[in-house]
Amino acid sequence: MKFLLRRLGFYVLTAWAAVTLNFFIPRVMKGDPVQALINRYQGQIDQDAVHSLYVLFGLDKKQSLWQQYVDYWNQILHGNLGISFTFFPEPVSQVIKDALPWTIALVGMATIIAVVLGTLIGTYLGWRRGTWADSILPVMTFFSSVPYFWLGLLFIALLAIAVPIFPANNAYTPGMTPSFSFAFVQSVVQHGFLPALTIVLSSVAGWILGMRNMMVTVGSEDYVTVAQAKGLPERRVMYGYAARNAVLPQVSSFALSLGFVVSGSLVMELVFSYPGIGAQLFAAIGAKDYPLMQGIFLVITVAVLLANIVADVVYVFLDPRTRQEG
Amino acid sequence: MSNLPIDPAAAVPVDTESLVSSAVEGPSTDPAHRKKKKFVFVRNAKSITGIVILVVFVVLALIGPWIAPHDPNETTLDLLAGPSGSHWLGTDHLGRDVFSQLLVGTRSVMIVGLVTGIGATLLAVLIGVSAGFLGGVTDELLSALANIFLVLPALPLIIIIATQLKNVNSLIIAAVLAATGWAWGARVLRAQTLSLRGRDFIEAARATGESTWRIVWFETLPNLTAIIASSFVSTVTFAVLSQTTLSFIGVLPLDDWSWGTVLYWAQANQALSRGAWWWFVPAGLLVAILGMALTLINFGIDEFVNPRLRLAGMSARQMRRSGIRPRIGFTARVRDLPRTYAHPTPVAHATPVAATSSPEPKETVR
Repeated sequence: MKFLLRRLGFYVLTAWAAVTLNFFIPRVMKGDPVQALINRYQGQIDQDAVHSLYVLFGLDKKQSLWQQYVDYWNQILHGNLGISFTFFPEPVSQVIKDALPWTIALVGMATIIAVVLGTLIGTYLGWRRGTWADSILPVMTFFSSVPYFWLGLLFIALLAIAVPIFPANNAYTPGMTPSFSFAFVQSVVQHGFLPALTIVLSSVAGWILGMRNMMVTVGSEDYVTVAQAKGLPERRVMYGYAARNAVLPQVSSFALSLGFVVSGSLVMELVFSYPGIGAQLFAAIGAKDYPLMQGIFLVITVAVLLANIVADVVYVFLDPRTRQEG
Repeated sequence: MSNLPIDPAAAVPVDTESLVSSAVEGPSTDPAHRKKKKFVFVRNAKSITGIVILVVFVVLALIGPWIAPHDPNETTLDLLAGPSGSHWLGTDHLGRDVFSQLLVGTRSVMIVGLVTGIGATLLAVLIGVSAGFLGGVTDELLSALANIFLVLPALPLIIIIATQLKNVNSLIIAAVLAATGWAWGARVLRAQTLSLRGRDFIEAARATGESTWRIVWFETLPNLTAIIASSFVSTVTFAVLSQTTLSFIGVLPLDDWSWGTVLYWAQANQALSRGAWWWFVPAGLLVAILGMALTLINFGIDEFVNPRLRLAGMSARQMRRSGIRPRIGFTARVRDLPRTYAHPTPVAHATPVAATSSPEPKETVR
């Protein structure tokens, strides 16, 4: 419990840091994006919205920095992330709400597949160390160093254009109405296959290497030797004794590397024109839509933090030492 | 961007002291032999392959603009032509030579990689070693800072910062990357410093009245070399991938050639759907090969830091030559030799993490 509380404190601190960072970045920036926006939409923005934008961008010079900060928090806590420039007059929170489920479903599924697959392969490679299995490792490093978007574009060229098996963009066939019908789900799975394959292929190598190295390290522990000496079945020694202990650092590095995986997936969405939050982010960059950019950054950070909390709970479940009081 | 080579084994405190002693022990009267032992952590096939590839890239970065057959901005009438004798990797939509663009772009990639690597490693050493050495509240604060930077998704943050900067150039982007990429190294270094701090030789140095500065500089840092090197190499990978990604999405200025810029132009002109693979594939391959080289160097360092991995890294033939039978049961056995353990069995540490720091029975390897 103490472990979880400590972690929770850390996440609150991180969330605070992310929001504060978001608060300060536009304040060091030169120029007046709000004025530019007002000029663009002359007369269409009402006075309240203008004020809200000024608070978000810290251009409300009449107030002290502290007052601005308090106002900023107040807006964030009310779920008000400002108004998107590109989707004017839609609020940022609505734009994000539409895009987020796609990203969470795709990146979430692909990451889980990559972790499970990588851990299983890593377990096997670690167990068979010193044999032919070691020669796979250098090949793996190649995939771990490939940029996500490059691999994604290659897949599009090979499996969507040269051999049209899978669709190259969008999350479902355009014109379909999202529902839970069989046809729609099938279309989503078909459209999601290539993006997911890209994420799995380029992130699985890291999990394999991590697990393999931990297996090798744990495998020379005395308790593994004892388990083997007792004559336990090999499968049991491998999974019950070696892998079970080797998987712990895997869980904590899952939490830490999630930020990297998410970063990579964002670009991947751009490549596949997937209607997720990454594609939105790049649209926002192109349009210099600062409220949307910052809102997306905030939401991504919160999502990563939530995933981290889940990983921590799993860790507590797996490692009895963290459950001990005191 | 793919994830950094995160290696849980590297995060585990490792007994560097025993490694150092093991590197020095043995028959080292032969001067050539002793010399060979010096750079032990880069002395295996994997790291050597990696270093050779890296050196090629560094040389290309230095001489690239001079040996490039064409001016990367020179437009010709060979629009979107495939590889040929005059254009080794074909041309783009304006008839510019792709091979020359890549050669010229290598410099910017290497500059960003190296400057980020150096900057982030300095930050990591500064923060990691101070956190480990000072302990207490300072440690808590610095660790929290490092963890925050680890958890925050780096790319969106970098994008937001980069879009709001005026006159972005390679050095500025390297500074931004260094400011966001130091945390992993700091975390690993802190763990290792913590484990070093309690060692006898540090205690002895303190007892003889050495200043804290001297203890840090001459007693601690030399024992962290391998980990510092590994964190440097990972950061370079991170920087190269990030720079390529940022150029690709058009956040960085396009007048400065880099591999990502080539990819940007290729994608902006639908190179792949027009079948112009020569425009798109080589740049990505270069990124992957450079990343692979850096990861291989890190493998070598990991195997040096964690002797169990070193043993596992031996090829099957080497193992046969040393008389080791790789058993699935993990305990490598030496035939015709009595098994001797020079170390007390580590029973005190029941935890798998702590137990990793126990000395390895090297006698089984000999």
